Amino acid sequence: MLVFKCPYCGIEADETELSPGGEAHLKRFGPGSSDEELEGYLFNRENPKGVHFERWRHVYGCGKWFHAARCTATLEVFGTYSAQTFEPPKEITDIIKTKRPGWKWRNLR
Amino acid sequence: MKRYSVFAVAREALRYHQGWGRAWKSPEPKKKYDAIIIGAGGHGLATAYYLGKNHGLKNVAILEKGWLGGGNTGRNTTIIRSNYLQDASAAIYEKARSLYETMSQDLNYNVMFSPRGVMMLAQTQHEIRGYKRTAQANALQGVSTEFISPEKVKSLVPIINIDGPRYPVLGALWQSRGGTARHDAVAWGYARACSDMGMDIIQQCEVTGIRHINGQVQGVETSKGSIDCQKLGIVVAGHTGVLADMAGFRMPVEAVALQALVSEPIKPCMDVVVMANTVHGYMSQSDKGEMVIGGGADGFNNYTQRGSFHHVEETVRALIETFPIISRLKMLRWWGGIVDMTGDRSPILSKTPVRNIFINCGWGTGGFKAIPGSGWAMAELIAKGHSSLTEEFSLNRFKEGKFIDESVAAGVAH
Repeated sequence: MLVFKCPYCGIEADETELSPGGEAHLKRFGPGSSDEELEGYLFNRENPKGVHFERWRHVYGCGKWFHAARCTATLEVFGTYSAQTFEPPKEITDIIKTKRPGWKWRNLR
Repeated sequence: MKRYSVFAVAREALRYHQGWGRAWKSPEPKKKYDAIIIGAGGHGLATAYYLGKNHGLKNVAILEKGWLGGGNTGRNTTIIRSNYLQDASAAIYEKARSLYETMSQDLNYNVMFSPRGVMMLAQTQHEIRGYKRTAQANALQGVSTEFISPEKVKSLVPIINIDGPRYPVLGALWQSRGGTARHDAVAWGYARACSDMGMDIIQQCEVTGIRHINGQVQGVETSKGSIDCQKLGIVVAGHTGVLADMAGFRMPVEAVALQALVSEPIKPCMDVVVMANTVHGYMSQSDKGEMVIGGGADGFNNYTQRGSFHHVEETVRALIETFPIISRLKMLRWWGGIVDMTGDRSPILSKTPVRNIFINCGWGTGGFKAIPGSGWAMAELIAKGHSSLTEEFSLNRFKEGKFIDESVAAGVAH
């Protein structure tokens, strides 16, 4: 079972206490954007086999949304971080780089 | 290929069964093929089979990184039905179901198709309305289904508890020619027929790269060397995103784990397939006597082929109320498969941004039932560049908003 540490209330929360919210850091384009941009935002996903960034909600706890970095091939959790950010913080990417040399995700390396 | 028949069995019985050959060959890859299919699961093998049988394209290789039929083809609950709401879905699933009827004869391989009937329980007022609507839609589509009363449900499934209290059975959508088949045999039967046509099935051959120049596919890099091809079919279910990444495009697909479990074998007690969508569970009894139980999918991306305990608990908790008889059964085996979910829960059979790369994916939680129809349609798409069965399942539908919304129609796993 997955266990995440909620970055808001600090509790180690089981998967059953949380609700998955899909891929993180999706960019939503405003009025005037192209069909491709809307399609990309709505449907196209990285869906990596490996390191993945996701949104989760501590639904049976403090109720807050947060971000998590996790490996989809091993279920290893690299860490959790605030929802109020457009990309993963350096602490998290440093952990991933140490554990997964050569890792890249979208334009992050 | 030696035909399997009662005479073959008699002949072999008289010579200590020394004469059975291998069902398919294991060749080394050639340098070049007219078409390569990545993925030797049911859908990939069926695609290759119909390429040869319907379109005369026989210089074909099927590449498989693991072993044949070792992915979702060997990990599903073997349910076959075609009671879908949307016309495009009903067309391809009914094509598949009708091909299952004669598959054993067509392939000369016993796939144990058992049209025992599939029942989808209506346990809320909303489901009654939904299934009555589906039954009407099916009548227009030429798919034989009917909405039946709780009493009829009880007579077909004596072990069911129709009184609730939490989940009373208020009726059901009944497809009498739905059923089950032996999943491994479907893959093996197609593999044997493909091999007989001279196609190369190459197992333990992982694709590591896809070569294309000027938007035109050239070939693939594999763990067994570089192979050229004119046309490439990607039929890899859960690993669609990984292969699409190699080809340089993104897909509206996410990989999640779907799990199932079987009980210890018991005497025959239920001779139909029962699906209960409100409580997220479905059950049938295998020929060995095991109760085969399927549950819901995880909500998060996952490439590990295993399930999670709380899903088992949720599924079994709900089913025990509907089938009190199973409360004392021990669970024997439990496994997960990686399914490829699309936004509208309908598959993608389509051309791609790279010319002559075709993709067949997105069957999500219900691919097994579609294997022959999917292969039939995909082969036509690869051979001719278009197919009436795949037209509405193209990738463009996500840009244009022309969804085939079966997630609303089916509610859950289907």
